[in-house]
Amino acid sequence: MKDMTFGTILAVFEEIFGTGMFWSMVAAALIVTLAYLYVLMRDHSIAWRKFLLAQLSMPVGAVLGVWFVLLMTNSSLNDLGGPVDIIVFLAIAAAGAIGMAILVYTIQSLIRPAAKDRGAQ
Amino acid sequence: MPFTLNRRQMLSLAAGSAALAAAGSQTATAAAIPTQARIVIIGAGAGGTALANRLVTRLKGAQITLMDPRVEHLYQPGLSLVAAGLKPADYVVSKTTDWLPDGVTLIAEAAAEIDPEAKFVATTSGQKVAYDFLVVAPGLVLDHDAIDGFDLNMVGENGIGALYAGPKYAAATWKAASKFAEEGGVGLFTRPATEMKCAGAPLKHTFLIEDITRDKGNRGKAEFHYAAPQGSLFGVPIVAEKVRMLFGDRDINAHMKHTLTAIEPGAKRAYMAGAEGSTIEMDYDYIHVIPPQRAPDVIRQSGLSWPDKWTNQGWVECDKGTLQHLRYDTIWALGDVAGVPKGKTAASVKWQVPVVEDGLISAISGRAPTEIYNGYTSCPMITRVGRAMLIEFDYNNNLVPSFPGVIAPLEELWISWLMKEVALKATYNAMLRGRA
Ligand SMILES: Cc1cc2nc3c(=O)[nH]c(=O)nc-3n(C[C@H](O)[C@H](O)[C@H](O)COP(=O)(O)OP(=O)(O)OC[C@H]3O[C@@H](n4cnc5c(N)ncnc54)[C@H](O)[C@@H]3O)c2cc1C
Repeated sequence: MKDMTFGTILAVFEEIFGTGMFWSMVAAALIVTLAYLYVLMRDHSIAWRKFLLAQLSMPVGAVLGVWFVLLMTNSSLNDLGGPVDIIVFLAIAAAGAIGMAILVYTIQSLIRPAAKDRGAQ
Repeated sequence: MPFTLNRRQMLSLAAGSAALAAAGSQTATAAAIPTQARIVIIGAGAGGTALANRLVTRLKGAQITLMDPRVEHLYQPGLSLVAAGLKPADYVVSKTTDWLPDGVTLIAEAAAEIDPEAKFVATTSGQKVAYDFLVVAPGLVLDHDAIDGFDLNMVGENGIGALYAGPKYAAATWKAASKFAEEGGVGLFTRPATEMKCAGAPLKHTFLIEDITRDKGNRGKAEFHYAAPQGSLFGVPIVAEKVRMLFGDRDINAHMKHTLTAIEPGAKRAYMAGAEGSTIEMDYDYIHVIPPQRAPDVIRQSGLSWPDKWTNQGWVECDKGTLQHLRYDTIWALGDVAGVPKGKTAASVKWQVPVVEDGLISAISGRAPTEIYNGYTSCPMITRVGRAMLIEFDYNNNLVPSFPGVIAPLEELWISWLMKEVALKATYNAMLRGRA
């Protein structure tokens, strides 16, 4: 592809999802990330119990990520044809898993702040 | 775990992401060049629209006029998906005016005459528009009349498909093709002897319908025949070999040196001109017709065509690197109409637009152009629903993969399918807006 700059990639993503939708998704991802950093900062440490639940949610996120891509396209798992396909597939699953883990961890921390959590122990 | 961030660190992180987003949303623009130049662009399709969007940011004060009678803009690479029932007809349709920038004039008429000596273009209503620089980007015309016995009204009935003719016909093609995929019989897939846009499309249609027939469990009752006038299955030898092997695997029979000349719809019989003037009859239950393709009449009648090459097709005589007309230095060819050995794809247009833009800007500002078109042509060759080969090549028949070592061009891959289905239209749209 000619001139594959960051601007081109953004333009392509804006066209895939629509400009409004794309930037809302970016904003949502940014907000969750910031909220995650916020709870880390607030609690000064990772709460391992919450982290455990977050980890348990990872396979769900992985499956959801792959399911979303297959839903949006006319393709199925049978179509994976070469090593790069496996890598793309795993990358989608990993992205779903990590996104889900961050989301679950953040939601738990926002709902049940660290002090309460510790109190329950 | 002592993983902590203070408030300042967090804020700078947030600011950093915002700056990144802002940097990406505006492409680097050099100062616009002031000019009074009158630029006329014939055709507001893929090439004309993309060029207009780029010129308005590069030039200040230029008078840019586009001519195009077509109200609808067609994303033509989507027609292959429509004709395989994978997308609805409106997937390819938008409005010409949706894509045009402010500050250009659209004359919704066809160019009927070009006078390269007096430097004007006359429209069908007789309006004369003078130019300093002219870009011809009217695409090509499909010569359906060249196939005796064939008429576009027949598409969709009696096993006749013709997906090139537009969204309505692509949808009708699916109607005929899906019936064949259910009932089986003899499928005959053709391509013309002339140059054509997206030379991979006849193969894609063959592969897709074969895959769909197989998927429905009806492959045993169907025969697949691919008939082409050329001596090989694709213009790039290494790709032709790969397609030959795929045809072998998929039990698709290739008939080379077979040029479709006529059909008899009642009898479901096709007539082919073979080597040395022979006529070959082939019966079919489903036939896919792609007619001969030529430059629009206005090009051929205005003396812009090659006098000694493609004489029955009339492509614009231009330098294959700069796309500038060889006899008139104020005229450039862009897109399908250009008389260059490769490049009749939207992907090629994406590479040609910066070249024509550079040629025009250089002419306006009196410097030598630097951008050269290398013949880049690309065709995501769909081999089944869910897989494709991302084939990219240049004038020299070299493969020029965009992702060397990552996406193998001659491998049937899911990622290449995802590119075709998800990223291609988005990239095309971004190109129309002058952003890709
Ligand atoms: C079935 C099919 C599948 C394809 N698949 C792919 C693919 O997978 N990948 C890919 O890269 N490319 C593909 N293409 C090719 C791609 O669509 C074309 O190469 C591309 O659109 C060419 O752009 P253009 O600007 O030259 O012509 P067009 O986009 O066709 O635009 C030409 C414009 O000029 C106008 N016009 C015509 N005559 C006149 C006149 N006399 N005066 C004024 N205006 C006029 C027309 O109305 C039209 O709007 C495919 C094409 C088809 C048909």
